[in-house]
Amino acid sequence: MNTDASLTLRRPFRERSFGLARKFMRVNWLFVLCVCLLAGVGYAALYSAAGGSPQPYAQSQLIRFCGALVLMLGIAMVDIRFIAKLSWPAWVLGVLLLIAVMKFGHVGLGAKRWMTVGGVEIQPSELMKLFLAMALGSYFKRATPEQTGNFLYVLPAILATLVPMALILKEPNLGTAIITGAVGATVMLGAGVRWWWFALLVVVVALCAPIIYHHLHAYQKARIDIFLNPGADPLGAGYNIIQSKIALGSGGFFGQGFLHGTQNQLNFLPEKQTDFVFTIIAEEFGFFGSVAVLALLMCIVALGYYTALSCNHVYGRLVALGIATNFFLYCFVNLSMVMGLIPVGGVPLPLISYGGSALTAVMLGFGVLMSIHVHRDVEFPEREDF
Amino acid sequence: MRRQAKSRTGFTRRALLIGAGQAAVFAAITTRLYHLQVSQHGKYDLMAKQNSISERLVAPERGIITDRFGAVLAGNQQHWNALFVKDMAPEPSVVLENFYRLIPLSDDEKARIQQDLAAHPGYIPVMLKDWLDWPDMAAIEVNTPNLPGVIVQAGSSRTYPLDRAAAHAVGYVGRPNQKEATQNSVLALPGMRVGRTGAEAANDLSLRGSPGFVQTETNVRGEVMRVVAQDNGTPGDTVALGLDTGLQQFAVQSFGDQTGAAVMLDATTGEILAMVSTPSFDPTLFDKGVPNDIWNGWMNDPRHPLLNKATAGLFAPGSTFKPSVALAALKCGALTPDSTHTCPGFLKLGDHIFWCDNHDAHGTINVVTALQVSCDVFFYKTALDTGIDRIAAMATKMGQGVDLGSDVPHVQTGLVPTHEWAKKHGIDWVKGNTVVEGIGQGYVQLTPMAQATMIARVASGLAVTPHLTRRVGGVLQPDSVPGAAPALDVDDQHLAVVRQGLFEVVNTPNGTGYGSRLTIPGVQMAGKTGTAQVHNNTAAEKARNFNDMTMAWAQRPNAWFVAYAPADAPRYALAVLVEHGNFGAQTAAPIAHDLMTYALLNDPAGRDKPLANPPPEPPPTVPQDNSA
Repeated sequence: MNTDASLTLRRPFRERSFGLARKFMRVNWLFVLCVCLLAGVGYAALYSAAGGSPQPYAQSQLIRFCGALVLMLGIAMVDIRFIAKLSWPAWVLGVLLLIAVMKFGHVGLGAKRWMTVGGVEIQPSELMKLFLAMALGSYFKRATPEQTGNFLYVLPAILATLVPMALILKEPNLGTAIITGAVGATVMLGAGVRWWWFALLVVVVALCAPIIYHHLHAYQKARIDIFLNPGADPLGAGYNIIQSKIALGSGGFFGQGFLHGTQNQLNFLPEKQTDFVFTIIAEEFGFFGSVAVLALLMCIVALGYYTALSCNHVYGRLVALGIATNFFLYCFVNLSMVMGLIPVGGVPLPLISYGGSALTAVMLGFGVLMSIHVHRDVEFPEREDF
Repeated sequence: MRRQAKSRTGFTRRALLIGAGQAAVFAAITTRLYHLQVSQHGKYDLMAKQNSISERLVAPERGIITDRFGAVLAGNQQHWNALFVKDMAPEPSVVLENFYRLIPLSDDEKARIQQDLAAHPGYIPVMLKDWLDWPDMAAIEVNTPNLPGVIVQAGSSRTYPLDRAAAHAVGYVGRPNQKEATQNSVLALPGMRVGRTGAEAANDLSLRGSPGFVQTETNVRGEVMRVVAQDNGTPGDTVALGLDTGLQQFAVQSFGDQTGAAVMLDATTGEILAMVSTPSFDPTLFDKGVPNDIWNGWMNDPRHPLLNKATAGLFAPGSTFKPSVALAALKCGALTPDSTHTCPGFLKLGDHIFWCDNHDAHGTINVVTALQVSCDVFFYKTALDTGIDRIAAMATKMGQGVDLGSDVPHVQTGLVPTHEWAKKHGIDWVKGNTVVEGIGQGYVQLTPMAQATMIARVASGLAVTPHLTRRVGGVLQPDSVPGAAPALDVDDQHLAVVRQGLFEVVNTPNGTGYGSRLTIPGVQMAGKTGTAQVHNNTAAEKARNFNDMTMAWAQRPNAWFVAYAPADAPRYALAVLVEHGNFGAQTAAPIAHDLMTYALLNDPAGRDKPLANPPPEPPPTVPQDNSA
């Protein structure tokens, strides 16, 4: 076929593996630049959070980022077909880690989220979102429209989403559980699962919301209550939202200047180096700086979509969509939380917030994304044996 | 391939839709950000500033009180308090234990500290000990490492250099009570004090000043990061009193350990040059908080140290009331300068006998002699002829039993009875009541200050009003301006008659005050003795007369002396009361002599600067003959 021939001509690496140097060239360096720029913004914010000092946040975060960047580029060199083979084992590993964290993990902010593996702090729930996207991508990579229209065919994918969701909910970490579900749903949508199933699901969840609310943990209920009426207890639980909004609002158009944000420098911002790091940028660099950071975040999401859309294999498309959506949801939840749009939940701002586990998880995802980008033209075998 | 292409188109469509949704969400977030950061910037900027800048009012420094020459009577000094911030201590209970070991506190105090710690958030400092002394300070300094969270802070407190000597005149300050603090928010500031008595109370508003402020940038725990702006406010005005420190201290010494009061006025302006009430008290205790044992001591002391006897002690004036009776009689014509009464030593009214002093028969005498020898019978008769309403009217003119509107706080008006008063109080006024009022006994009760006013008015012929304050913020007060006092509405000739009588009291050998005549060449004092009974003597006591040193202290008569000098050009007017001092001539007159001598030699009246060459110490009192 003519189209096939032209495709073949334009895509010389379709069937062959190619050299490391060529692969390196194919990395989306614009994407890497955006990631590095965001890490730079993060360094500045953490430097300011410490009152104008690289200690204790900025420097260690920079070291972590450098390590994570190497990890990302390393993964980008790995053949996506090999990664695809690891999808389900990764999912199983993720579920096992979630179970392990329930048994052996340590408590932070009222939930068992973290555990230490070989001296490295990990949050299995962060990894799980990536593993879920990979598993679903693998599941749907050869699905036909007929299959994706068949509920019984989709059911295992739904179960593969619900199992980790339930485990994360049990931690308890409502925010990440919802993001996990949303990532799974997005991948399924991308795979061709019917829209109206999801519409139905949203309706059902909306109807069940009061029942769910009833079964939420006290601190989760409190967050929702405070979100609905932050003024009720300005020095108690509503404090975070109010102080955060004050920080954003006092920034104005050009901000109060680097290291001159009173909310930040005088410690009015709660958890400012982690979940509320955006308020530092907003306060000290104003609307101007905030929009610049938003633009960078959007670039990363958009470049994720670019990878998804330019990818020639379904696995890559679905996983890239899942990773981009995961990153988007991270940003969305964090920013909305900071602006008082949704209830507060321990979701950091990726690449900027202080903390290793979220950064590692995100960069791991970006590694996979870059691998997809580098290997966007490879062909998957019609059949494979696991 | 076609199927794959179709699926890819579907994916692209779906992915773009999802991506568009996400882009829309980013747009929404940007809009929200614009709303918060740009549209509502003003609101949140203000909130941020309020968050970080805390403005605190600072109590102004209380104005100082000086005597007329600028010597400090009430000043300010820093003192040090130990406070405890629980949040700064890893183990608060251990720190408190350490503190108690260094500075032992009573169980009550410890309980109060526990209560305060429980009542306030951990970052609010709690007072451990007020008024640290130097050993305590040193102990805390040395043990700082064992006392995390214990901070030493400066406070301001009042000092009274004259201590007890001027406690009643200068007064004292106290912490504002709840009611005052709610009515005037400035008083709610820590460190604010309110004048409670004396000049502190009289000039409280001038002394207060207006508060300043400190703007500090604080962090979320309220810890001060830096001071943004500071204004110390306006300290209170300096108030100069008419008092002369030297005279005041000399007066206190003159009393020794006798109980009583003395008031010396500038006879031409009414300025109070000295105001003494003994025994006295430590005025600083009210600022610190009066310990229970001291308070109970004051309350149970029969000599009432807290009472300013000069302004609030009510005493029968005895014979010192006679000048007013004489003036009233002269005014209504019951007496002329030459008219006489005969004194057989007693007056019989119905079946009651009113004795003259010492049962002496003074013979036929006129008013001048009656004053000179203090004949009671003469004044029994004069009072009967004059009537109490006329006496009361004259007494009022002399400043007795009337509210003069002076700046002196807590003044007892006293009482000069009238028929109307008697009726109102259901008293059946009989002639006998009038008789005893003629000699300042019975219902009539007056303060030493009222008597000082009376004698100043007799002396100067001016309606002077006694007052403490001479200058506020350097400005001479209107009533201290020479010539400001209006003329007294009393016939000059009548005044001259009374003055002659008072002159003879001191300067003629028959006068009751002759023993206390001045020894300064060319200067004479005029005065009047008074010996006022404080209880109804039994028949047996009367038979022996009541001059009996064997009587219980509280039963003995009060001794009075009122005086002015120089007799020919009066400048100093003085009332001295020695409680239960028996005869006026015996105990009160010598004090008057000493004070008058001191005043004449140092001549403080009308001056803001002391004499260039202060005279030597006043000569010793002339030996007394106790034959008053």
